[in-house]
Order: sequence, then structure tokens, then C-alpha cells
Amino acid sequence: MHGTRILDEADRLMTVCNSCRYCEGLCAVFPAMEMRRAFSDGDLNYLANLCHACGACYVDCQFSPPHAFNVNVPKTLAVARAEAYAAYAWPRALSGTFARNGLVISIVAALSMAAFILGFVAVNDRGVLFGVHTGPGAFYKLMPHNAMVALFGAAFLYAILALVMSVRAFWRDIGTPIGGRTDGSSIFQAIRDAGELRYLHGGGVGCYNEDDKPTDRRKLYHHLTFYGFLLCFAATSVATLYHYLLGREAPYPWWDLPVVLGTLGGIGLIAGPIGLFAAKMRRDPALLDEFSYGMDVGFIAMLFLTGLTGMLLLVLRETAAMGPLLALHLGAVFALFITMPYGKFVHGIYRFAALVRYAQERRTAA
Amino acid sequence: MAIGEAACGKNVSNLAVSGNGMSSKYDVLVVGGGNAALCAAIAARRGGASVLVLEGAPKFYRGGNTRHTRNMRCAHDATTEILTGPYTEEEFWEDLLRVTGGQTDEVLARHMIRESKDILNWIVEQGVRWQPSLGGTLSLGRTNSFFLGGGRAMLNALYLTAERLGVEVEYDAEVTDLVIEDGMFLAARLKRPVKGETEIRATSLVAAAGGFEANIEWLKQYWGEAADNFLIRGTPYNRGSILKMLLDRGVQEVGDPTQCHAVAIDARAPKFDGGIITRHDSVVFGIVVNKHAQRFYDEGEDIWPKRYAIWGRLVAAQPEQIAYIVFDSTVLTSFMPTLFPPIAGQTIAELAGKLELDPVALEKTITEFNAAVRPGTFDHTILDDCVTEGITPPKTHWARRIEVPPYLAYPVRPGITFTYLGTRVNKEARMLMKGGKPSANMFAAGEIMAGNVLGKGYAAGMGMTIGSVFGRIAGREAAKHARN
Repeated sequence: MHGTRILDEADRLMTVCNSCRYCEGLCAVFPAMEMRRAFSDGDLNYLANLCHACGACYVDCQFSPPHAFNVNVPKTLAVARAEAYAAYAWPRALSGTFARNGLVISIVAALSMAAFILGFVAVNDRGVLFGVHTGPGAFYKLMPHNAMVALFGAAFLYAILALVMSVRAFWRDIGTPIGGRTDGSSIFQAIRDAGELRYLHGGGVGCYNEDDKPTDRRKLYHHLTFYGFLLCFAATSVATLYHYLLGREAPYPWWDLPVVLGTLGGIGLIAGPIGLFAAKMRRDPALLDEFSYGMDVGFIAMLFLTGLTGMLLLVLRETAAMGPLLALHLGAVFALFITMPYGKFVHGIYRFAALVRYAQERRTAA
Repeated sequence: MAIGEAACGKNVSNLAVSGNGMSSKYDVLVVGGGNAALCAAIAARRGGASVLVLEGAPKFYRGGNTRHTRNMRCAHDATTEILTGPYTEEEFWEDLLRVTGGQTDEVLARHMIRESKDILNWIVEQGVRWQPSLGGTLSLGRTNSFFLGGGRAMLNALYLTAERLGVEVEYDAEVTDLVIEDGMFLAARLKRPVKGETEIRATSLVAAAGGFEANIEWLKQYWGEAADNFLIRGTPYNRGSILKMLLDRGVQEVGDPTQCHAVAIDARAPKFDGGIITRHDSVVFGIVVNKHAQRFYDEGEDIWPKRYAIWGRLVAAQPEQIAYIVFDSTVLTSFMPTLFPPIAGQTIAELAGKLELDPVALEKTITEFNAAVRPGTFDHTILDDCVTEGITPPKTHWARRIEVPPYLAYPVRPGITFTYLGTRVNKEARMLMKGGKPSANMFAAGEIMAGNVLGKGYAAGMGMTIGSVFGRIAGREAAKHARN
């Protein structure tokens, strides 16, 4: 017996699946399962995070509901994943943030954006907030650069600390890999698998969503979102280098690297989350962990909000709307950062760790 | 009028399905919804026919036993991406001869084997994807092509292709009668839960509705009360109603009604639809005893997959149709993990108690067996030299003492996969009437005619070969007939 009911159910399913094995060519979960004959809590959390929720094993399974064996691997592992996020959260006191995650994210986002607007108003006079500022350093008339760096640097470092501590607990829990240690090539393999979403492909034909036809586009939308996010991050990083190394202050002209990266990324962060949200709306409820709805949508909304406010800021930065939009954008980004360890963002971290573990196991088994 | 014109334009005889009980006419009517039926429907549609598929099961359970399959045995002359070596027509034929003991129609069987070569590619063109043989099935890696995602994934692909081509499919469509005059199919009467009764006329019929294994009453005609102890591995919808109608209306029957593909499966499995996961691969690692704790057959006769299919009948012949695979803790990880855990006892007597066997008898059987085991080098991948001496029946390979507790056992019963009694067909998959005259427009494919090729016995993946090969032929011929 396991620590939770969902892990008991996951164990039951893995026992069924391990005596069938028809799905072993679909993704990484089933080959990893086949390396085991019994499943510890850590094994099941590992398998849960290895699952990309493409839905193929549900559509292909002769024992999925209404069959009496009631095999629903995507849903069971989705619930197990969500419970794992809470269980591994650091500090433990904040585990509860996963329980009503949509609410938590909404409140943090609202408070954060309100705080920036109020902060801008409190520190500056009204004229500054609604004034038209152009040329290098325009943004810093509203908030000094050093203050921005201090605030966001602290938020970012905290997020990294909390994520590292969480994934460390996960890594310990999923145990020593079967043979071998983590090495560079496993990590490189995992980067490739995650980067191309190798296992979000329904065994090759694509993902399943509302029915038994592999017509889902989540992989594309996820790429738009993920690479959009990375491009935005790159834009910020390049701008930071510009600032400190070249002494060039934002805002930059439209053709300059940070703006190009940010614009491309921003488009991804707007289009991607819209697509992901639309796909979620259409998804067969049988595949979904309904309790994670708030968490999933909350994260999608935060990314969308970040992209949207960023793009609006770019377009309207030479108008009187720049001040309020900057406040909203910074508020959104700040909220995104500090909620990273306590929301859907963590799925990427745990899944990446699981992929590293899987790459190790495969190499050892080969 | 536009609709009528459109219908007349391309599919001359497709007057569209009517929901109000009006009769309608198709070129080809396919009764059944599994691999054979879909291959027939796709081949007929590609041959230019309008096609209606009537699947008696609801959508989830569509596809009969195909849902539970995982591979197909096809001849091939060279290694492929997923097959580890060639498997010639001749070798396939020899395997078939061996498992059937020669009870097969050589002309049909050789034709099927020849056609199976092309099926490997054709089925992929219909959207089915292959994968290398699954973990724990290495012995099939050269001969059998596995479906990526299993049989239901294969079915999903075939249905997608069929629907894309314009094949119409009705679920929950129970055929209650076939109107056949003098070997000529005229119409099918149909009962549907929502749309009610209707009659469907078609120029050709393809019957691909499976065997009668889920019809316990019918099984009892041949097996008596023993059939109550049979478990049915696949669909509960294969009740043989179409087979019965055809035989009653003059189609020639083929096959021994007691012959079927039956394996020993866990006695704790559900009555129907337990599928592959209730099977046991552990026979060669121990001994098998009946309810009197007596051994009754050489557990080490041959490499496991080749003898996999005899144990269903062997157990069916034992009292109360129950047997127990008994082994010890040293071999527990030698075979694939099982759905149901083994029953364990620290002593043989304790195990016997849990199995409700006579402990003295079981101890005696195991003691005698252990004493008869000769030293040898164990290797379950070859016919090794671990044998018994001086007991009956002997265990002629892989015989090792059962002596390290806990002692373990799986209770097993006959698990019926499908029956072999069927409709006789010729190389065109055309049904033959009593007296030998070919039917004008009736074709059969899949389990409903498997008895033409399989007089008895079974080799893994054969059912799907019969389904795909004869399904494709039946569809092609049915479309050809409809066009003429």
C-alpha cells in the first residue's frame, strides 16, 4: 500500500499495464515501467512526471472505461503529478498553495499588479505615471533601474532556490537510478527530449484530445509558449547585458536585439497560451484531473498576461499609456516569478528531471 | 434534388442510409466490425463500392477480438525495420502444418501465406503502425509484427481510414436476420436501439462477425456442463448469430465445433473480455496439477510460445476444468509480471490449503517430481537437457526441483479466444454452399471462416493474418461483384 489513494491506483494500473505492454512503443512511461516488477511511491511519482499526457494510451487501451478494469493512465498520472507538486513543494508550509492554485495565482497576480501601480503613484507624482516618456531611460523615470534589478533579482533567486529544493526532494524520492549515475549525456538527451517534446506525440501520430482522432495541436502551442517564454527571457538577459556592459538603456529601437527577441517571444506567449487554453476546453474530461483545472489555467493566464502586457507596452510605449502598462507588465512578471515554484511551471522542472532519469535508465539497460 | 444527384454522381447505388426504416441499398454490406470486417470494408471502398459496416457492439467495444490482439504473423523474405529476420512462406507453412497436425486446407492456407507478405505493407497503407516485438516476447520478434499501441490502436487506425474513405459505420447494429435465396444474399434485417428496425439491401455481403465463443449455450452443445467453467478471453458480442444464420440458410460448414484457440488463463479472470493480461507464461518453470494434485501433461514439451495454445484444451479435459501451475520462489522473476499475484505458501501443505487441494497428494506429487529431476544446464530459450526420469508424464525440458519456499501457484482455467466452426470459403473468400456451389454474392473473412485454415491448434498472430488477408480479398471480390 502506498502513501495516497492515487498512488494505490497508479500501482494497480502499472500492474495491469506491465502484464500487457501493448503501449510500450508510445512513450517513455511504459518502457520505464517495464524495468520494474514492483512500484514504490518514488517510482510512481517518477512515472507520473514522465507522462506527457498525450492521451494515446487511453485511446489505444482495450481496458479503458467503461471496461471493468477501468484503466485510465493519463488521468491517474495527472492526479498523481498534481499531488507530487504539492508534496515536494519547498518550503513545506507552502504545499497548500497547490490546493486552490487558480485562486492563489489570481490573488498574487492582482496584488502584484496593484502594488506596482500604487508604488508608481506613491513614489512619483501623477504626472510621471501618465506622462509621455521617450528615449533611453524612459522606463526608469517610473522605477529606477537599480530598484527593478533588486526586486526582480530577489524574486528570481527565491524562485530558483524554491525550485531547486523541490526538485531535490523529488530526485531523492525517485531513488537511485537502476544502475549508473547522472552524467552529461543523460542530461543532454533529456534536453533534446524536452526541447522537442518527444513524448507529446501519441506514439508518432500526434496527441489525442476530444476524441479518438489524433488531431490535437497542443505540441505546437506548447512550443510557441515555451520558446516564446525562452525568447522573452533571452530578451531580458540581452537587455541586462546592454545595460551593464554597453551602458545602453532601454527602451531600445524596434530593430534592436532585445526588442526583436521580445517581440517574437511575446507573439509566442500570446498565441501559445490561447491555443493551449482552447485545447484544454475541448479536451475529453475523462483524461483530465479536474482539480488541477485552476492550476493549469492559472499558469496559462499568467503567461498570456505577461506576453500581452509586454506587447502592449512595446506598441504604446511612446504614449501616455506607457506608465500604467509598465506597472501592469512588471506586476505580471513579478507574480509569474514568485509563483513559479507554486504552480504549473514546476511541471517542466519535474518532467525534465524524470527525463534525465529515464535517459540514464535506458543507457544502463541498453 | 441536389442530394439525389450527388448520390447518383459517384456512388450510383448508394441511396444513402435512411433513419426512418426505409430500405436502402449498398454495393457491399459488411457485418462485423473487427480487423477482417474493416479490411474488407476498406478494400471494397477502394475498389469503388459503397460500403456499410454494421457493428453489433457499442462504439467502445467495436472490433470484436481485434481489440485484444497485438500482432500478426506474416511471411517476409528479409529483415524489416521491426522484424529481426526473414520468415519464408515455406517456414510459415511448416509452422501451420505442425500446429494443426495437418488439419488445414492446403490450397487456401498457402494462398493466405502468400498474400500475407503483401499485407505487411498494405495494412500500413491503411494507417496501422508497427513496433518491434514487445518486452517479454522476444521469441516472436522474427515472425510476428506487433501493432504500435496494440489491437485497439490498430482498429482506431482502420476505422479512421475507412471513415475518411467514405465507408459508413453503424454501431449497436444487431443483425437479426439475413434474407438469402438460393445462395444469394438479398438483405439484412437490423435492430438498432435508437433508430429501430430496418432492412438493408446490398449487392454483396461480407460476413466478418466472428465465432460463437461467447455463446455459452452453444458451447454446451459440444462441451456439456464443462463449458460453464470456460472463461471467454475476448468480446462478449461474438455469439455466433451470423454464423448460425448462414449455416441455417445453406452455407457449407467447416471445422470441428469443439476446436478453438484456447489457452490456460488465470482462474480469477472475469468471465468475458479479460484479454491478454490474464494469461500465464509460467508453465515451463514449474509443474501443472489438476484438482487431485496430479500432473497430467509434459510441461516441458516444447518452447513455450509453440505450446502456449495447447494448455487451454488440456485444462478443459481435467475435472472441473481447473488446474494449478506450481513453482517456487526461484523462478518468480523468470516470466512476465502477472495481473493476479501468485498464491503463496511457506510450505507445500500451506499452499495446498490455500488452493483447496489435498496437501498429502500435492506433497507426494512434488516429492516424486523432485526425485525424478536429473541434473542439467537450465536454459529456457532452448530445448535444454533438464529432464525427469521415471515419472509419468515426464517433463522433458526445463525440469528443476521445486524446493525453495515460498511455494507459489496460479490457478488456471480454459480461456477461449475464438472458435473454429465456420463457413467454408474458396480462394476468393466466397462462401461455398452445401453441395459445393460457390455463393453468388456472399463472402466471409476472419474468425467466422478461420476453420478453413485452422483445423486445430494455433500459432500466435494467425487469427489476425486470417482476418487481414481474407478480409482484404473478401472486400475486393465483393466490390468486383457489385460493379459487374
